[in-house]
Amino acid sequence: MITIKELSDENLFTAGHTACPGCGVAMSIRNAIRVLGKDTVVYVPASCAVVFGTTFPYGAWKVSFFHTAFENTGACLTGMQAAFEKKGKKVISAGFAGDGGTYDIGLQSMSGAAERNEDVLYICLDNEAYMNTGIQRSGGTPFGAWTTTTPVGTRVQGNRRFKKNLGDIVAAHEIPYYATLSIGHPLDFIRKVDKAKNIKGFRFLHMFTPCIPGWKMDPAKTVEVTKKAVESGMWTLYEIENGEKKVTYKPGKMKTVREYLMMQGRFRHMSEDDIKKLQMWACKKWNLHYGVKGAPEICEFEPHIEHHAVTEEHREMHGP
Amino acid sequence: MKKVITGDHAVAIGAKLCRVDVVPAYPITPQTLIIEHIADFVNDGELDTKFLTMESEHSVMSAAAAASAAGARVFTATSSQGLAFMHEMLYATAPLRLPVVMANASRTLTAPPGIWCEYNDSMGARDSGWLQLYVEDNQEALDMVIQSFRIAEDKRVLLPVMPCLDGFVLTHTVEPVDIPNQEEVDSFLPPYEPDIILDPARPAMIGTFMPAEYIMELRRQTVGAFESAKSAIQKINNEFAERVGRDYGGLIDTYRMDDADIALITMGTVTSTSREVVDDLRSQGEKVGIIKLRFFRPFPAEELRKAVSSISALGVFDRSISYQGGGPVYNEVRSSLFGMKLTVIDHLAGLGGRDVTKEQITKMFEITKKAAKGEKVKDVNWHNTRGETV
Repeated sequence: MITIKELSDENLFTAGHTACPGCGVAMSIRNAIRVLGKDTVVYVPASCAVVFGTTFPYGAWKVSFFHTAFENTGACLTGMQAAFEKKGKKVISAGFAGDGGTYDIGLQSMSGAAERNEDVLYICLDNEAYMNTGIQRSGGTPFGAWTTTTPVGTRVQGNRRFKKNLGDIVAAHEIPYYATLSIGHPLDFIRKVDKAKNIKGFRFLHMFTPCIPGWKMDPAKTVEVTKKAVESGMWTLYEIENGEKKVTYKPGKMKTVREYLMMQGRFRHMSEDDIKKLQMWACKKWNLHYGVKGAPEICEFEPHIEHHAVTEEHREMHGP
Repeated sequence: MKKVITGDHAVAIGAKLCRVDVVPAYPITPQTLIIEHIADFVNDGELDTKFLTMESEHSVMSAAAAASAAGARVFTATSSQGLAFMHEMLYATAPLRLPVVMANASRTLTAPPGIWCEYNDSMGARDSGWLQLYVEDNQEALDMVIQSFRIAEDKRVLLPVMPCLDGFVLTHTVEPVDIPNQEEVDSFLPPYEPDIILDPARPAMIGTFMPAEYIMELRRQTVGAFESAKSAIQKINNEFAERVGRDYGGLIDTYRMDDADIALITMGTVTSTSREVVDDLRSQGEKVGIIKLRFFRPFPAEELRKAVSSISALGVFDRSISYQGGGPVYNEVRSSLFGMKLTVIDHLAGLGGRDVTKEQITKMFEITKKAAKGEKVKDVNWHNTRGETV
């Protein structure tokens, strides 16, 4: 297993790209490709990463790069890997897709590649909205978050749906390896990328990647915010290898989602009631992942009881 | 070796003879037999190909583009809705100069849903940067798959090519086909050796984000490739004729045009029926001939101008409709012949797969002849259509 010390100093995703300061995507790409190494060919669908890393005549990639469209990462990886295998070349075909390109428009293509168990590495850079087009809601956007398509209005405030459980959807394909990662946990990050690098079949790395303008946060706090996410249960670090789920990092003491939310402008409008709902979601997730109940002082409060299939969120969106 | 086979089978054999590296596939009627035959070749060990059963046509063309960019010779086939579904990726393939070959089983595009021959599927892709050709019979279908790879991979061209064959009329109809032997094809079609591919040994970035400062030059280069394609197609046609013994004429083919006064432009299988009509009319003393439009892209404007230089009226057969001003072929032809003093009229027939009979084609010649004499006729004539007076 590779250690930080053994990592190459050579950047295969070089300085000079035009990502925002503190961009979680750029940090994740740079460190992932350092582990994957030179024998990698990457596919990047429509996303910030295409713009900030490849605007002609400049290019930040020192490995071969391919891009065509938005919704086809799984398919393009399939095609290039088939070509490499036919030509007898040992290449890691790696895709770096966003949450929109994975949770939403690219779900079918990803599912196809996963179901066929293509020997490719699929990386989802999850910054929880369509950031490249200007911060619109995706299936990966968390409850309560402001985006330009879930604005904070007088009638409805922020996103009314909870983040899609992509991990279970991907894992249901019974692939060799699925893992969640965060750039704030570099040892875990490197170990998982290295593991995925050396497994045959469809591997999926799900990276939690803060977006400074999209999350309306301090660019110096990218790492800190991912730590807060994990400590509050808003993001959990685990892996599923051949069907066996293992938590790879469990924070010592559970923190409230409020601490995580207050670092980001996208949540700052949230009502006490909405924060409560999100806290319940995080507690439920915590219980499920860690097999132990979240901190009682955080998770034990009067639950909001739903009596009908029509939820309060539904009523808020569509009226009574 | 002669075999009695369907058009789809002929296409599959053509692809096999080209030793294709990667075949991403998704089924759609009436293309299905093509990919089924290829699956048989692969599973019987007759063909060493990565056969990928994709989950949609959009993914088929995505995988095709990526495999081609990684240096593989790529073949696939589709039809109608499938072609429409991969439309976005057609536009991504051509300017990246990826020489994918994809057969299209021509079929009407919904709505309303139908499965028979119409050209409104491929006509919608005419500005995608793909070269497009329409074959007349199963033999031409097989031969043109082979020629398509030569054209696509020609260093002056490097564009994807779409041979179209009439749905059911060819795809599911058997005809005797002379199958070239592997050595013949190998000597005609050398292995694909591209200069720039996705390769760790020589990293390259393909499909980078491009600001306005550069896009126009790229578009112009693609037009340049279209221009080069014209001479490449002719040269490859002639070389094929010399080696294999079948000459298709190149961008266009003509039949009894030498002293013709009236001509009809045809495409696909209607050409065969039209040849018979021309023979009948010639035996009655009518000076008629046909121009078979083989390639719709690149459009053979100069060749057409030459072919019609001494006739007095031209009819154009269209198997799809632009919803205004007749069919797309008619409009393209008129624009190509602009400035020539020649009456050109449109003949719409066979839409949705309706049979185009000798009687209808005879009528096309009759109306075109009237136009030649200066009689008033419609610009756009709907044949064998309820509510029309043709």
